[in-house]
Amino acid sequence: MLTYTIRRLLLAIPTLLLISLVIFLLVDLAPGSPMSEIPLTVPPEVRLKMIKAMGADQPVFIRYFLWLKQFFIVEPSYIIDSWFGTNLGGDQQRILSWQSRAPVFDVIGQRLPQTLTVVGTAYFIGILIALPIGVYSAYRQYSWFDQMGTLFAMIGYSVPTFFTGVVLIIVFAVNLQWFPSIYDTTLKITDWSSFLKQVHQMVLPVTVLALFNAAEISRYTRSSMLENLGQDYARTARAKGMSERTVVLKHVLRNSMIPVVTVIALGLPTVFGGAIITEQVFKVNGIGAALIGAIHANDLPMVQTLAFIFAVLIVLFNLIADILYGILDPRIRYD
Amino acid sequence: MTDVTALERPRSQWADVWSQFKSHKGAMLGLIVLALIVAFVFIGPWLWRIDPKYVNPDAVQMIKTRNKPPSWDHPLGTDQLGRDMLARMMAGGRVSLAVGMVAMVISMVIGGFIGLIAGFYRRLDGPLMRLTDMFLALPLLPLLLVLMMLFRDSLAGLLGPEAGTFLLIVMAIGVTSWMQAARIVRGQVLAIKEREFVLAARSIGVPPRRIILRHILPNVMSSVMVAATLGIAGAIITESVLSFLGLGFPPDFPTWGRLLFDGVEYMQLYPSRVIFPGLAISLTVLSVNYIGDGLRDALDPRIRGR
Repeated sequence: MLTYTIRRLLLAIPTLLLISLVIFLLVDLAPGSPMSEIPLTVPPEVRLKMIKAMGADQPVFIRYFLWLKQFFIVEPSYIIDSWFGTNLGGDQQRILSWQSRAPVFDVIGQRLPQTLTVVGTAYFIGILIALPIGVYSAYRQYSWFDQMGTLFAMIGYSVPTFFTGVVLIIVFAVNLQWFPSIYDTTLKITDWSSFLKQVHQMVLPVTVLALFNAAEISRYTRSSMLENLGQDYARTARAKGMSERTVVLKHVLRNSMIPVVTVIALGLPTVFGGAIITEQVFKVNGIGAALIGAIHANDLPMVQTLAFIFAVLIVLFNLIADILYGILDPRIRYD
Repeated sequence: MTDVTALERPRSQWADVWSQFKSHKGAMLGLIVLALIVAFVFIGPWLWRIDPKYVNPDAVQMIKTRNKPPSWDHPLGTDQLGRDMLARMMAGGRVSLAVGMVAMVISMVIGGFIGLIAGFYRRLDGPLMRLTDMFLALPLLPLLLVLMMLFRDSLAGLLGPEAGTFLLIVMAIGVTSWMQAARIVRGQVLAIKEREFVLAARSIGVPPRRIILRHILPNVMSSVMVAATLGIAGAIITESVLSFLGLGFPPDFPTWGRLLFDGVEYMQLYPSRVIFPGLAISLTVLSVNYIGDGLRDALDPRIRGR
């Protein structure tokens, strides 16, 4: 298991390097470069200076290696500095956003908590909804509950999140006025009432994302439960005279959870992608909104860094899912 | 030879598939709904002859006719420029469905090709599957957004705003969604390759290209069809997401996603302008997904004929 983990970790390095190269080249060599955004009325020598100030006059591969160094060496050392008060970073050049001239990682550090609160809560609630639905649907296969569960899952991943979001806003924010339609990111939780306010404004975005996640996870739970309910060990457990409750909730559920847990781990990075849309609908100022803003402003360093962070998340959670699968299921041996 | 008529006619494979498909209620309902939507979108404009792009050149008339609630003249009302919403829904649906179909075809061609080659030639299997894994690890939505931002203007300048954006969206979606199909096809090819009929073909000297095209490809078609159906749904959603984030088609070129995006600004006053395009997208995707579900059951010989 350990050698497998180490091998996978080593394999992840070239994958990530390749992905970073693809992202960098794609963004860099495209015809719609930020240089074409500088107005034509700007005199040529000023234009040259502007390009030079952004560091965009260097050849592509030099900028790529500089960016790699900044991403993997400079930025982590700054993070360590801020934690332990050391001075590893010194005054090395960090990745700077072209919009604000602020370090990209500072912007991400400010935005990430917003995304994590909403996405994390939504994913957690989605799992809590999905598991009972999946378990009961499988236990009573083809019952009306199962049919409703199937319909719910189908609707959940057919209806795009921006539409569910907009419908919820129209019904609950515009017509009933129960919840605010815009997420206030400046809200600080200091006491009970501000906490309530935070919960209040999180209800709509979390509902949208939770429904979407629950749809997929409930399907996986159902099919995994179905597979295990028909196994010999379930029959043996019943034959031993165990109560139905113990058979289903102890024996079958535990074994069914193995693939479901990996699906949950695999789904996490895509949730960040899906959150881009929900953040846009509810005006949550998270990293998805930062990405959209950077794209509209042609802020290449920001776009490259954010896209690469998404890629790192995907590779990381793929790895976690595979390792979890190996740990949880003793039948799987990677070595 | 005289009692041939007494024998039951042999049933073809597709008749079997169809009879199994018919027994899936959700899939049949999906097929009917999808047929209605296709009819609405493609036959509708012949019955409802209002130009979706028509803006009254007389400014006073335009202001008088804009933001109208549903009436007999405009069954779904008019938008902020006085354009007829029903006509715009039809025009938008044509583009959305066309994007879904074309993007699906592109992704199936790429995915099918890579899957066939990777499954058939052992030497290429490793590199091609690593490539597939790499594509699966790419952050697709951010990349699609970046692609749209970077190439939209230059392609629009080259081919005109509509054709350019259409080509870009279709290519971008196709190139980022072929991986599942490639994996499914590869898995099937690996199994079929070892079967006796392939061995027989090989032993009488059929060249590899012919083996792939005549013997293996027809056998993987059924799973490709399921993947293709689900691919249409995915492509329609992706297009509407891009349009919704403001990085899709240009404003005067309606698609369902674009109509929804335009409607969000007015959603507090005229919610119907968001509801109708959203419902159209959701119903289309839902029915396509149900059809895919039914097809999967119908094409699976283990389930068929039970």
